[in-house]
Amino acid sequence: MSLNLQETITQPDLEKIRADFPILSRKVHNRPLVYFDNAATTQKPQVVIDALVNYYTSLNSNVHRGVHYLSQQATIAFEEVRKKLQQFVNARFSHEIVYTRGCTEAINLVASSWGRANISAGDEILISTLEHHSNIVPWQMLCEEKGAVLRVCPLLSDGSLDMEAFAGLLGPKTKLVSIAHISNTLGTINPVKEITRMAHEKGATVLIDGAQALSHMKVDVQDIGCDFYTFSAHKVYGPMGIGGLYGREEVLDAMPPYQGGGEMIKNVTFGKTTYNDLPFKFEAGTPNVGDVIGFGAALDYINGIGIERIAAWEHELLAYATEKLSADPMVRIIGTAPQKASLISFLIGDIHPFDAGTIIDHMGIAVRTGTHCTQPLLDSLGISGTIRASFAFYNTKEEIDKLAEAINKVKEFFL
Amino acid sequence: MKIEETTSVIVSEFENFDDWMDKYNYLIELGKSLPLIDEKHKVEANLIQGCQSRVWLHADFDGTLVHFTADSDAVITKGIANLLIRAFSGHTPQEILDSSTDFLNEIGLTEHLSPTRSNGMLSMIKQIKMYALVFKTKQSMGN
Repeated sequence: MSLNLQETITQPDLEKIRADFPILSRKVHNRPLVYFDNAATTQKPQVVIDALVNYYTSLNSNVHRGVHYLSQQATIAFEEVRKKLQQFVNARFSHEIVYTRGCTEAINLVASSWGRANISAGDEILISTLEHHSNIVPWQMLCEEKGAVLRVCPLLSDGSLDMEAFAGLLGPKTKLVSIAHISNTLGTINPVKEITRMAHEKGATVLIDGAQALSHMKVDVQDIGCDFYTFSAHKVYGPMGIGGLYGREEVLDAMPPYQGGGEMIKNVTFGKTTYNDLPFKFEAGTPNVGDVIGFGAALDYINGIGIERIAAWEHELLAYATEKLSADPMVRIIGTAPQKASLISFLIGDIHPFDAGTIIDHMGIAVRTGTHCTQPLLDSLGISGTIRASFAFYNTKEEIDKLAEAINKVKEFFL
Repeated sequence: MKIEETTSVIVSEFENFDDWMDKYNYLIELGKSLPLIDEKHKVEANLIQGCQSRVWLHADFDGTLVHFTADSDAVITKGIANLLIRAFSGHTPQEILDSSTDFLNEIGLTEHLSPTRSNGMLSMIKQIKMYALVFKTKQSMGN
């Protein structure tokens, strides 16, 4: 595909892009699919599907230490994706990228390995109200085990972090700050660079949960300055079941291994085992080679379009949807922070999100309803759930018009 | 009326609908007309787990028959609860345990039968059967 190097995605580009995603041409409930559940998972371009098929058709082999041809080729392909990821998030070294099953496992890896070695009774871990359960529960488990304390930074009424409160919560006992780059429920983009600087001043280690960010904006881990950054491939147009952890070399080096097994060792005797170097120390067992290679194809695809152009188009979609939905006096948008990624959580009058979502689904539109794995956030807002429409760069303004029509249909049903 | 007779009436009602909109309008009507549950039964213990909407299901046993009442904060879920109550309420524990839930497939609500966190129809059915089992056990212990 050749696209013009313009600032945003134009109509002809959009048609080409949509043709790259086979699922977008299918129908659901006899209507053309409108896929607005991109914050849950993104669709896959044909090049990613092809990469998976090609891997299993002609390259499948176990990686590392194989002397035969296929194993060497598979290893080269597997390690090339690590370099692509390094460049994609601008890490200093490719060995600062550890493959995991996804963002959740990456956070659990840090909680288990770094946490067990560095957290003790009385220490504090600081998160925020808008965190996904994946960035709450691993820390709760660690705190319970160690007798440490979980602190929670509140939000302002628009859904942005209360940075004054954040400054007040940071203290000498704060050992770790773990915050989402982008809220999966509100869309809020958090000031992660400032958060990291403030936390580092107090000597705390910083993890940024990048699950929602990687597909929407240029992520530069060196510019952010964080110690850890976590992500999932399936939210970045890649396969499910693969993701990664970026960790600063010095921090990863000082950490004990995560799981024990093959790949992560240097030498094993019954008396003593020595561990492998980075990143293999954290990658026990046969890795998910096929999906890593699929992830690489997704990164190539995004690079081919340009993340800045993706961001520009998604911003246009968000602005259009916000204007469209705000025009309806019955619609209440949940999350109006000045810096937002391309998703809108909303409620229609006092109609239950499940009721609304059921009707919207029958109109061929995939939205998500419920708590979005952020129950504490919704509790703090005093609501039981939202309807969430999350946009990707293959979405169109016409599809947002269809959402507005579906909202009118919901009102016909329930009011 | 036997459970099977009620469920076949429900199936024939749904056969009249040409499209999904009619079906949902009917479910919404059923939801709005669900007899009110006694507020004192809307407690945590009666809350069904695994639902995206909150569903309370209460069962009374008069020694012979089980009587169900329910409520939900989502109207479609209330409509489904109404269907289930119509089918299973006012029967003996044994009748409830022996009954089939195939009619839900026949009326095209299979999308609500998936074991996802949707409206918890499966959880409601499980809970109805569970109550029946508990009351049956109580009955046999009483004898």
